[in-house]
Amino acid sequence: MAFNYDQYLRLEKMPTLWCWGCGDGVILKAVIRAIETCGWDQNEVCVVSGIGCSGRFSSYVDFNTVHTTHGRTVAFATGIKLAFPDKKVICVAGDGDALAIGGNHTIHACRRNIDIKFIVINNFIYGLTNSQTSPTTPQGMWTVSQKSGNIDPTFDACNLAIASGASFVARETMLDPKKLEKVLVKGFQHNGFAFFDIMSNCHINLGRKNKMASAMENLAWIDSITTPLKKWQALSDEEKMNKFPTGVLKHDENAKEYCDMYKDVQAYHQGKRKAITQDDFAKKI
Amino acid sequence: MELREIISTGNDLAAEAAVDAGCMFFGGYPITPSSEVMHTISDLLPEVGGTCIQMEDEIAGIAAAVGAGMAGVRTMTATSGPGVSLKAENLGLAQMAEVPLVLVNVMRGGPSTGLPTRVSQGDVRQARNPSHGDYRSITLCAGNLAECYTETVRAFNLADRFMQPVIVLLDETIGHMHGKAMIPTVEEVKKGIVPRKVFTGAPEDYRPYGVGDDEAAVLNPMFQGYRYHFTGLHHDGKGFPTEEIETCRKLIQRLEDKVMMHTDELELNEEYMCDDLEENDVLIIAYGSVSLAAKESIRHLRAAGIKAGLFRPITLWPSPATRIKHFTDKVKNVLCVELNIRQYTEEVERVASRLDIHGLYKVNGRAISPYEIVNKVKEII
Repeated sequence: MAFNYDQYLRLEKMPTLWCWGCGDGVILKAVIRAIETCGWDQNEVCVVSGIGCSGRFSSYVDFNTVHTTHGRTVAFATGIKLAFPDKKVICVAGDGDALAIGGNHTIHACRRNIDIKFIVINNFIYGLTNSQTSPTTPQGMWTVSQKSGNIDPTFDACNLAIASGASFVARETMLDPKKLEKVLVKGFQHNGFAFFDIMSNCHINLGRKNKMASAMENLAWIDSITTPLKKWQALSDEEKMNKFPTGVLKHDENAKEYCDMYKDVQAYHQGKRKAITQDDFAKKI
Repeated sequence: MELREIISTGNDLAAEAAVDAGCMFFGGYPITPSSEVMHTISDLLPEVGGTCIQMEDEIAGIAAAVGAGMAGVRTMTATSGPGVSLKAENLGLAQMAEVPLVLVNVMRGGPSTGLPTRVSQGDVRQARNPSHGDYRSITLCAGNLAECYTETVRAFNLADRFMQPVIVLLDETIGHMHGKAMIPTVEEVKKGIVPRKVFTGAPEDYRPYGVGDDEAAVLNPMFQGYRYHFTGLHHDGKGFPTEEIETCRKLIQRLEDKVMMHTDELELNEEYMCDDLEENDVLIIAYGSVSLAAKESIRHLRAAGIKAGLFRPITLWPSPATRIKHFTDKVKNVLCVELNIRQYTEEVERVASRLDIHGLYKVNGRAISPYEIVNKVKEII
């Protein structure tokens, strides 16, 4: 039987504002399928997004949804999760959101290992605002803010997440939705912070000036820069420089989750507050 | 109201008040001179099952607090001027998405890093409009130790009534003042709690922002079956982004009207020795810690035969326009005393329609002494 997406979508918000051939829709479908696979109730899930094309993700899916300010997704999500630790919180951010303006929040959310699922839709460009350089824009590519070619070194989002201490780090592309769904499920079921770098296309605002003006050309390029982790490990150091490994790059099941650790804090403080009485006051003077 | 005696500091009292008022979340970042609010609440919240988290920066501090507010719990952050500057954008989101939040700002010298450990009232103008766009900020200002407690409690109730952030201004002097205060008992505070409105009908009929022209949004807590959308974009009754002309206009007009058509629920002033003031007497307008010096100066002045009184707004924004006008129409000599340069004087001039308001301003990080006020009054009469 075909998968019924309707239950999870706000159909009255369709069509999306995403361009034809955009990968965001594929990722949205994979996220919905992963949520269904995990058996999460719609009322128990909160989806938080930031600013940019990916920011609209939250308005299309029928969960508790929050569209926040630029880069602050995971900070808002931290408040929501800590207020209701038994609920499921998913963040969706763009590459600019998660790695540029919100880089600091990304680092510390990874470090805290709070049970938030952080999905970075990485399309290598600021798509919504017409092609400005993002931290993941490959060096040399044309952007509207660097027309002679981007000179900023390219950022590896997963390396940042691993170095920051995230307990689950994975990279996938939207080229293989089935595999993407599997990896998402694995991360969703992990008790701790799960970081996903999901590479997606933006043939309109990245591709058109970089010789990949159609979705297929853009996807072929993504395919050419990624390779499964096992194959990547077999590459020479020089070849490794030009390829991003995909799959689950880190999975530490033993890392302590933040909300669980906070329960210990709550236990420690039980009965510590001193009720100040009239007698205490008399004693003090 | 049943009161209790307590020996504490202003910052500690703000933290105690928050927990007594049912606050369950605090997101913050250390900043002098407000850090003690976080220190104290980090002890108090875990005990009642709440959460206090020190985030990675000021922006994340308020973001986490607003997130918890969206999720449906009473929530707070505390900071000082530089922190408010950083938090401004997310304060704007909370205004637009109508998320209740209490922000305690313990004022220090500015601009920029300024005088971190010294007193100032330099954030009064900032508190009126911390971020871009049209909305009405609600700002309360504690003028003594007890009010650090009572105004924080009031802020929580007002935030839930008006569904927006409420700023509580303390200043370094009040925040670090240590002494005896008479504050309401916890039972009194609990009795006075007015939680935010919730919608109890069918989820398909729920329109969180589809309320009357001067009403606040009705935002149900998350995870209870009412799945809706928060956004900082202009939005429709259901909370979804829209650019429809009339909807956009009505939304922003409602943010204005929900506060300005109900200022009677907000206004709170102290009128100290004002009853017998006549045309040639002196009206002093002051707020925060300055009002303590002003009161003492009035006692000195009256002993010397000069009739003076103090008008102290406790709700600074929106300003008590009618009451200020009442006094400034009656009394010729009006003196504003502030630890900034004309920040509230300009509001007094506006509502009084007078440009002859006298001012005594101090911006060197030191408190104003009663004698300075006495001398200034003698100079102007």
